[in-house]
Amino acid sequence: MNLLIKGGRVIDPSQGIDDTLDVVVENGLVKEIGKGLAAPAGAETIDATGKYVVPGLIDMHVHLRDPGLEYKEDIISGTRAAVAGGFTSVCCMPNTKPAIDNKAIASYIINKAKTDGFCNVFPVGTITQGMHGDRLSEMGELKESGCVAVSDDGKPVKNSELMRRALQYAAGIGIMVISHAEELELVGEGVMNEGFTSTELGLKGIPRVAEDIATAREIMLAEYVGAPIHIAHVSTKGSVRIIREAKARGVKVTCETAPHYFTLTDDAVRGYNTNAKMNPPLRESDDVAAIKAGLKDGTIDCIATDHAPHHLDEKDVEFNEAMNGIVGLETSLPLSLKLVNEGLLTLSQLIEKMSCKPSELLGLGRGTLKAGSVADISVIDPQKQWAVTEATLASKSKNSPWLGETMTGAAACTVVGGKVVFSGR
Amino acid sequence: MEFKHKDIIALRDLSKEEIELLISTAENMREVNSRDIKKVPTLRGKTIINLFYESSTRTRTSFEIAGKRLSADTVNIAPSNSSATKGETLADTALNLLAMKPDIIVMRHAVSGSHYFLSKKVGCSIINAGDGAHEHPSQGLLDMLTIKDKFGRLDGLKVAMVGDITHSRVARSDIQGLTKMGSSIYLAGPPTMMPPGVEQLGNVTVCSTMKEAIQDADVVIMLRIQQERQGKTLMPNTREYSRYFGLNPENLKLAKPDAVVMHPGPINRGVEMSSYVVDGSQSHVLKQVENGVAVRMAMLYHVCGGGNVE
Repeated sequence: MNLLIKGGRVIDPSQGIDDTLDVVVENGLVKEIGKGLAAPAGAETIDATGKYVVPGLIDMHVHLRDPGLEYKEDIISGTRAAVAGGFTSVCCMPNTKPAIDNKAIASYIINKAKTDGFCNVFPVGTITQGMHGDRLSEMGELKESGCVAVSDDGKPVKNSELMRRALQYAAGIGIMVISHAEELELVGEGVMNEGFTSTELGLKGIPRVAEDIATAREIMLAEYVGAPIHIAHVSTKGSVRIIREAKARGVKVTCETAPHYFTLTDDAVRGYNTNAKMNPPLRESDDVAAIKAGLKDGTIDCIATDHAPHHLDEKDVEFNEAMNGIVGLETSLPLSLKLVNEGLLTLSQLIEKMSCKPSELLGLGRGTLKAGSVADISVIDPQKQWAVTEATLASKSKNSPWLGETMTGAAACTVVGGKVVFSGR
Repeated sequence: MEFKHKDIIALRDLSKEEIELLISTAENMREVNSRDIKKVPTLRGKTIINLFYESSTRTRTSFEIAGKRLSADTVNIAPSNSSATKGETLADTALNLLAMKPDIIVMRHAVSGSHYFLSKKVGCSIINAGDGAHEHPSQGLLDMLTIKDKFGRLDGLKVAMVGDITHSRVARSDIQGLTKMGSSIYLAGPPTMMPPGVEQLGNVTVCSTMKEAIQDADVVIMLRIQQERQGKTLMPNTREYSRYFGLNPENLKLAKPDAVVMHPGPINRGVEMSSYVVDGSQSHVLKQVENGVAVRMAMLYHVCGGGNVE
């Protein structure tokens, strides 16, 4: 299928483009960008007037729950949610059952995504076998079978010696290590951020320093062995400061944050709202301010959702019993667009963090609309208003703290490999 | 005034006037408890389920007696002989109990906020008999009634509270209630047991020493050291704890001469308080227990919509 995406505001940070232009797609590739382009033979024309046309958004941190936990989400429902959120590629975390620690599981995911999925799926393999934090996984074969990074996400690698070796070994192979940075002894049995709100609600707190210490350790190890490290879902003021300082020193550290960390504080937990329970937990207003400052000054490289679907039965329980995490694929774009409306980021900077940077860090070869590149394109309607409800969310799970709220901004059309896979809510 | 709440889950949710109403009703209920025949027909035909997921002697017994004195039918369920051990969820247990048409469920549960969760699931009244480290409203009310008995008022008092504030639901209910009534709270305890931001709960001062807290206090509330909840990192041992945060006849002299000494029980004698204080003239520990029945009668009465007490 060929496409002419006409009259949209094309923003492509990889080429420094921000202009009203047409985009021609032929045979799954971007053919041309320019003014007043004609539709190639047999092309479908998409009127993008008043809309943004950007390199396909990439979410480098999602949980698709497939294989093993398909009652929460699977590759089909998860990628359906992704394209509804404007994403053309997602990287899925390895805490499936069994974990993505071998070629068979990685291949299963890639193949299922290719045959049944709506967008590209790049698996993230484990750092340690079975995520047991004991022996390194077969990172070489994982990379060969299509994994774009390794992480024991959700389970920090406790053993510093093992983490040091993981960083060295992965650097040798050329695969990125993504760290879920938390010092587990400090997390203890905590269920929310430690602060005034946890005091008032009588819930056990997770101190911010639990994340700060682990972030600092990862950076010191990466610096020592001279290897890159990526810190997942940064949520604290301290982490932002530590990463900023390390970057200034030349450490090869990058990081991501999630929309909930720059949108919500632990106030959202009031009423014992289990849809505001996640790990790391929602923090306080000074952390939100620091996350925003980090996004603005470039300390924070990417926005990823940590899309973590959970079944109703795992959330409709007493607070301590509830699983950690929220779905995020469909709300990420409108929440992130708010940063542009607030004047914190330019549109171009936002697209960099949601497409170009993740592609660059993980070597996905996407995140651009250059002629000849794969036609992964997101057309965004910045004005579209829609209500977040159990019915409007495409994900199998509905654990969103924004249920009942109205969002502004949505994917109008999502193109993966030149094919229209989503055409608006 | 009318009491409009279906549930009593936290003193944080009640206004000053509502707390006053509960306390004044409790004062009236005491008359029933002093009769030869300690029973009135007020809640005849009402069914109360005491659902205790954590062990309790005095609170459960007190609620049971309170219900019986008001002629309600009370049933006790403890997790060891219930479906909880078979893996049934709290919501399912509650819905099954609800199908038997109780009027009130009195629950104690280890998870903070679980009563709010339950309240969304069931239509009957919910009374909190303690949830995690959140609140213990009947204890807060009986503490206030005990203080009011002594001073005739609940405002303008200096109330010292000593011990593990972080893990104490009693502390939170006392703070919520007493600050609403106009008293000042002075907290003391090892910094490891002081929750962050506790001063923001109201008129609360965190003191660096126990001496500072109890100096000229009208009320001294000692909290139980709950080693089962604390883990091992908060203090060296009870010996050192009691050396700095135990109440004994010597440091009690720092408080006002007529100061009231209270403890929610069960007491670790020789740890939070020496036996000389527990059994001494300023101790109101048993008075608290006695007031507990009246307070719980008032709570049961009001969530059932009030009406005449004969």
